[in-house]
Amino acid sequence: MATETSGSQYYLPEALPPPHPAPDGRDLEFWEALKRHQIVVQRCNSCGNLQMEPEWLCHKCLSFDRGWQQVEGKGRIYSWVRIWHPVPAALKPACPFVVVLVELPQANNLRIAGNLLGDPQQPIEIGAPVEAVFEDHREKGYTLLQWRLAR
Amino acid sequence: MEHNTIKDKAAIVGVGESAYYKRGGSPVPEFGLACQAIINAANDAGIKVTDIDGLASFAMEANEPSRLAGGLGLRELNFCNMAWTGGGGVAAAVANAAAAVACGYARYVAVFRALAQGQTFRFGQGTTGPGMAGLMGFTVPYGLTTPAQKIAMRVRRFMHEHKITQDALAAVSLASYHHAQFNPRAVMYGRPLTREAYDNSRWIVEPFHLYDCCMENDGASAVIVTTAERARDLRQKPAYIMAAAQGSDYRDIHDSENVPDFPSANYKHLSRRLYEMAGIEPKDVDVVQSYDHFSGAVVITLAEHGFCHPDELMDFCTLENLTWPNGKLPLNTSGGNLAECYVIGMQLVNEAARQVRGDSTCQVKDAEISMMISGSVTTPASNLILHR
Ligand SMILES: [Zn+2]
Repeated sequence: MATETSGSQYYLPEALPPPHPAPDGRDLEFWEALKRHQIVVQRCNSCGNLQMEPEWLCHKCLSFDRGWQQVEGKGRIYSWVRIWHPVPAALKPACPFVVVLVELPQANNLRIAGNLLGDPQQPIEIGAPVEAVFEDHREKGYTLLQWRLAR
Repeated sequence: MEHNTIKDKAAIVGVGESAYYKRGGSPVPEFGLACQAIINAANDAGIKVTDIDGLASFAMEANEPSRLAGGLGLRELNFCNMAWTGGGGVAAAVANAAAAVACGYARYVAVFRALAQGQTFRFGQGTTGPGMAGLMGFTVPYGLTTPAQKIAMRVRRFMHEHKITQDALAAVSLASYHHAQFNPRAVMYGRPLTREAYDNSRWIVEPFHLYDCCMENDGASAVIVTTAERARDLRQKPAYIMAAAQGSDYRDIHDSENVPDFPSANYKHLSRRLYEMAGIEPKDVDVVQSYDHFSGAVVITLAEHGFCHPDELMDFCTLENLTWPNGKLPLNTSGGNLAECYVIGMQLVNEAARQVRGDSTCQVKDAEISMMISGSVTTPASNLILHR
């Protein structure tokens, strides 16, 4: 499922700011897990509630006792956009490109954004199954979570 | 419903604007534009500029109140206030001004916004600064950087769930351009848009063509708010504030891709509060100004304000229905963000007030009730209803 890509195969040129853990550290584990080619979701140790975007407390029970749960890199396309106008302008050679919002059935259908690998002009179907591809940017010390249509 | 509301306690008594320009076209800086709009609004109201004793704005307005009060020679500044968020704050700024005059903090509050894109910040350029932390880290590294792109993601899902086609988006865009042709203030005055030109325009981000996205402009707009009592003695017919609401629904976190109600413009809760306060129903609204940063967001917004069911949008969102003089619900009758000027929506308040005063360039016949909605999809958002 998890294919590693080499530096020459980045989906987008490295013209964008890399992901960066929040200064207060609330999402550090998420980004560290990606480097290990794992997807983790914040899980409340008190009530078991899952939340994708890490926060210091559980929005269901207000507990600050946070844990993490690993989920499989399998999901479905929930929505998508095809970007033709580059922002920043340095992305121009990569246009058009596709960003998908993927829902993860193993994590209560929480959603996460990533690029859909493959032909950027391919027809895209909401609901199509996709699988995770970890895109390592080793020199810069981060990994992106990309998606491709499930085989 | 609360019994103690702002209904009928305050009114818009003057509207004013600077000249509107294409981005970079203003001969004076943003501060000068703000002053021009406020002076023109005071003149329109028939009050002296020095009668103004309050300033209210939104969206991180850069022209701060002490410099403005100093520059305008205000004798006293008794209220200054800024609403959180971006374009979602327009109606909230008016609501704050209304609350201030109703409570006696100030007598005449100028609500304003100035924008000369590039002098402080270019909204269309998104967020691509170094070190994208927090929620931005989940989208920016994948090239999802601008409001157009993020809102397109919502609109695409909404279109999927309710079988909306490009025709509905085109109708919103064409309606704004249609109305701009009657408004000499509009940047797109004299530049009509055809459906063919819309279809042939380049994609910015599917499903948004170029003409689905608002312009970047230089300009400023302002209104004067005072109590209903004082309003009766002034030069203009008052546009009474019938209702105003600000906020968001359950976990509508700005920039989150995990809001519980994703294919939404975030008005389901706000519109209910707004109608309850006004004591009216959607069918009572004569004309609507709805923040058109992106046409698709307006489509969702109209449904969430009860003008039709989401599944009826393809029948409702037609150029015929949305245009003056014969449409069922004339929309963005001065040209909106898309074709009049992008003053982050402030100019929509001016137009909403003009409609109930009776001096719009696309005047809806006998308009009694006028709605203004700010900020679709961004939260917190706000909206208001005016009546004559
Ligand atoms: Zn919990």
